[in-house]
Amino acid sequence: MIRLMKYIKGYEVQSILAPLFKLFEALMDLLVPIVIARIIDNGIANGNSAYVWKYFLFLILLAALGLAFSITAQWFAANASVGFATALRKDLFGHIQGFSFSSLDKVGTDTLITRITSDVTLVQNGVNMALRLLLRSPFIVVGAMIMSFTIDVKCALVFAVAIPLLSLVVAAIMFVTIPLFKKAQGALDRVLGITRENLTGVRVIRAFCKEDDEIADFDEKNNELMRLNEFVGRISALMNPLTFLMVNVATIFLIKQGAIQVSIGVLKQGDVVAMYNYMAQMIVELIKFAALVVTITKGLAGANRVADVLDIEQGMEYPTSENKKNKKKNNKKDKKDNLTAVKFEKVSFAYDTSGEEAVTDINFTAKKGQTIGIIGATGSGKSTLVNLIPRFYDATAGSVIVDGKDVREYGKEELLSKFGIVPQKAVLFEGSIRDNLKWGNDKADDKQLWKAIELAQATDVVKGKAEGLDYHVEQNGRNLSGGQKQRLTIARALVRQPEILILDDSSSALDFATDAKLRSAIAGLDKNMTVFIVSQRTSSIRHADNILVLDDGCIVGNGTHDKLMESCDVYKEIYYSQFPDEMKKDTDALNNKRVNGKEVTV
Amino acid sequence: MSKNDKKNGSLQTLKKVLKIIGRYKLLLALSIVLATLTVVLQLYIPILFGYAIDGIIAEGKVDFGSIETYLFKTLILIAIASIATWVMNAINNRLAYHVVRDIRAKAIRQIERLPLSFLDSHGTGDIVGRVIADTDQLSDGLLLGFTQLFSGIVTILVTIFFMFSKNVVISVMVIALTPISFLVARFIATHTYAMFQKQTYTRGLQTALVEEMVGNQKVVKAFGYEEKAEARFDVLNKELKEYSRKALFYSSLTNPCTRAVNNVIYALVALVGANRIMAGGLTVGGLSVLLAYANQYMKPFNDISSVITELQNALACAGRIFELIETKPERKDSPQVMDMAKGNVTIDDVSFSYNKEKKLIEHFSLDVKPGTRVAIVGPTGCGKTTFINLLMRFYDVDAGAIKVDDWTITDVARHSLRRNYGMVLQETWIKNATIRENIAFGKPDATDEEIIKAAKEAHSWGFIRRMPKKLDTVINENSLSQGQKQLLCITRVMLLLPPMLILDEATSSIDTRTEVKISEAFDKMMEGRTSFIVAHRLSTIRNADVILVMKDGKIIEQGNHETLLAKKGFYEKLYNSQFEHVAV
Repeated sequence: MIRLMKYIKGYEVQSILAPLFKLFEALMDLLVPIVIARIIDNGIANGNSAYVWKYFLFLILLAALGLAFSITAQWFAANASVGFATALRKDLFGHIQGFSFSSLDKVGTDTLITRITSDVTLVQNGVNMALRLLLRSPFIVVGAMIMSFTIDVKCALVFAVAIPLLSLVVAAIMFVTIPLFKKAQGALDRVLGITRENLTGVRVIRAFCKEDDEIADFDEKNNELMRLNEFVGRISALMNPLTFLMVNVATIFLIKQGAIQVSIGVLKQGDVVAMYNYMAQMIVELIKFAALVVTITKGLAGANRVADVLDIEQGMEYPTSENKKNKKKNNKKDKKDNLTAVKFEKVSFAYDTSGEEAVTDINFTAKKGQTIGIIGATGSGKSTLVNLIPRFYDATAGSVIVDGKDVREYGKEELLSKFGIVPQKAVLFEGSIRDNLKWGNDKADDKQLWKAIELAQATDVVKGKAEGLDYHVEQNGRNLSGGQKQRLTIARALVRQPEILILDDSSSALDFATDAKLRSAIAGLDKNMTVFIVSQRTSSIRHADNILVLDDGCIVGNGTHDKLMESCDVYKEIYYSQFPDEMKKDTDALNNKRVNGKEVTV
Repeated sequence: MSKNDKKNGSLQTLKKVLKIIGRYKLLLALSIVLATLTVVLQLYIPILFGYAIDGIIAEGKVDFGSIETYLFKTLILIAIASIATWVMNAINNRLAYHVVRDIRAKAIRQIERLPLSFLDSHGTGDIVGRVIADTDQLSDGLLLGFTQLFSGIVTILVTIFFMFSKNVVISVMVIALTPISFLVARFIATHTYAMFQKQTYTRGLQTALVEEMVGNQKVVKAFGYEEKAEARFDVLNKELKEYSRKALFYSSLTNPCTRAVNNVIYALVALVGANRIMAGGLTVGGLSVLLAYANQYMKPFNDISSVITELQNALACAGRIFELIETKPERKDSPQVMDMAKGNVTIDDVSFSYNKEKKLIEHFSLDVKPGTRVAIVGPTGCGKTTFINLLMRFYDVDAGAIKVDDWTITDVARHSLRRNYGMVLQETWIKNATIRENIAFGKPDATDEEIIKAAKEAHSWGFIRRMPKKLDTVINENSLSQGQKQLLCITRVMLLLPPMLILDEATSSIDTRTEVKISEAFDKMMEGRTSFIVAHRLSTIRNADVILVMKDGKIIEQGNHETLLAKKGFYEKLYNSQFEHVAV
């Protein structure tokens, strides 16, 4: 919470005034029993009706003042807490926008979403309640005691004993129950998890005839949850009866003590009534306070989760323009080589989340205008490799050079503007198709958009919609099929007319025919565009100028299809696994050759 | 739905809820008795205090004897009230949590028996919501709401009774003025409602934006869209700020305003009470009782109005839960147990569709001899997966019959049919448990040797071996890659060695090299066993004995790879698109 204090900036005055006015209101409440005592002791005892009227009006005045104070307090509290939450949310969102890919991997986007939405709301409620009530309840309790001391010290001692005892009981119960509530929440999460599991796995469970075992497993978790809830419920159910008991026992002592004080003439009857009223006020406040603590605890937990996100470093720095100027000189030499688009020099990389290297000692050069195919088994490091090119991750060793310059020397805009990237998962955003395509280049006109659409083989997708480019894509593109989305994401990357196009296994949802058309369309494009195609299909990459074969994070083959078919066993294996016919032909041919060879020698 | 129907619906739901609570009738009755007792005692205690205060008149005029008696009585009643409150709370807790437990237990049993058509048409989130959140809401709202409502009403009645016993005029005045407080609260609520709606709407927009942008943060970054995202977020954030501020402020006016009304009533009680005392119609102790009541009197009213909204909410939740629990489960299982199959599958003039307006599979017939390898190909939505659904009896055919050996599958127990199939689906499913439990899912008594042997055959041992605790590593959906998950699912089937096999895009996420190795293992395993393979990779299916080419729910071509190619039909077109470049 303390870490978030700075977001109250601009609302410091409100956050002081809100509780202050709340205290004024409480003060009005505290005056009421005194006024009643006056009415009893001076008005009634003397039969003075005018006195009673006067003090009645005073009570009305107290009520009016209390209302005014409390409205003022609510106004300040609402402003401060909403202002606080707004600033916090803005900063949090901005902070997340700056996260590097490795920071995102570490935290996970699902958590980030809940933190920025529900957690911030929890904090807002916590701040609002804290500003309004956190001080009020203790103030009334302590105030009631002080007021009693002004009436009679001996009677007030009952308060002095009762209040610490009450606080102790309330604190003890909360101390015991809060961790238990957390445990119960964990048990609920497990029940939720197994329910979801049974729904998503319904076919497998039924296919393996495991229904009864799953029910038994569920029952166990369900009963555990019930047991925990009942246990913690029983303890927290002590709060009300215990405080009720203590306050009322205190009242008994108070009246007894009051009776003695009245009988010796130190006190009047009205004074006893006043102190009795203070006791009644206290119990109301204690009940409110217990409820308040729950809200604030929740808010604090939310605040901690939010602060944790803000504490995560964004993880990637780009050189400022000044740095760039200094480096420009050094780069001049490299710039001469303006034929090379991308160059990897002894590049290795390991994800923060795992110790092992995902790619190891990668060396290759991609010339401008070349098409580079990247192939390899699942988990061999294909995606990792292409993610290093636009600096989504920083290589842990070696250097990645784009257009003659180390990627770490580029400004962010300067580097990214070179790339058109089609990610593995086809993601579109809520908005029109036009809005989506303009992510690639927001200055593109419709003609350019249509050209990109055509290249991406998506013409029938867009033409198929009555609204054309204005067709409204729903959140996550859920009103489009996988193949349609994929073609539109390819178009989005092409709109940018990038120097380097990266297709990260992005034709997996396309059938072979469309994939082939797409490839020949891209091949017919600007001769200067360098294209990286990551794929598991040899047919997608066999016509590339250069193919990199990855195995377990290392390059085990680098060359054209024909060259690799001769020299690279891994590539051959992949190829034959997809074209078993060819294997037969090739081995036949090979055998024939051998046979022929033999014949010659014999 | 007319208003009357709606009311009847709620009544029906209420009856059903009562039926569930029925098991705990005794607890419920006890809770009601205790609630009445505590309310009466809690309200009677101020009266006793009032009598005690009446014994304290002035210097020298203090009746210690009567004070002692009253205070002693009070002490006993306080003790009883405290114990009764605690027992009542404990009972309510027990009632609530047991009912929730029972409903959830019922729900899971229902989930295991529901026809897949229900589960497929309701999202997972929807059903999970019913089992978890709705059930909680039901117990909170209905059970606790009910006890609160009950004790609230008792409190009001008893308070009125006690007040009248003290002073009629003041009581009438308090009761007459109470509605003002309601009117104020109602006035504020109606004027705040619009603001709340705007707040909810804007918050919804903002959440949607956050989900899109943060959920796809990597794409956002790849296109350098961060600043634009922030700008869009800021616009909504500012809007939300305005609405939240107003909604929060206006709604927080309710308390101060009703309290102010209450304070005025309190002052009036003091005024009238003081005059009554002077006229001799009331004692000071009596006034202090009336003042205490005037202070508390509003609370149950406010409670009741919030409880009623809670109750309505809870009834809606109960409705959703009952819809789940009362959906007709699958057709009752036949007790007939079929033998282990030889693998002769006959499909005889089968028709089936998910919804009556859109016909899918019609007059489908096929005879599969034991040991045949059947591959099914065709474009998306052609009915490949539906075919599998029917074989496994996840859905029952609308017309015609499917027979395994000579058993009509609808005439035998589902388990005895399904035991004959080993199934691997494209959508992998991993249980949140150890790798061992996941592999031995269908054969819990498998030894480690058997498991490791299966894992080696399925080529999953390579990554399992590298896991920190090997077979004892606890995994969930997110801890493995898609390919690894698929390997695990294949291992699951490898361990079972069922007489028939169903592979629905089972190797779609595995690279082709590993796939070739796995299919060798499959080949060995499937020797003499019937298998059904759905795949889009034509290389996977070319070795099948029979290839069914499906389109729009019908088999349009049938034969083996060579004959189908020779036919130069749909299959040939599909197959050749893969080789376009090779051919050039």
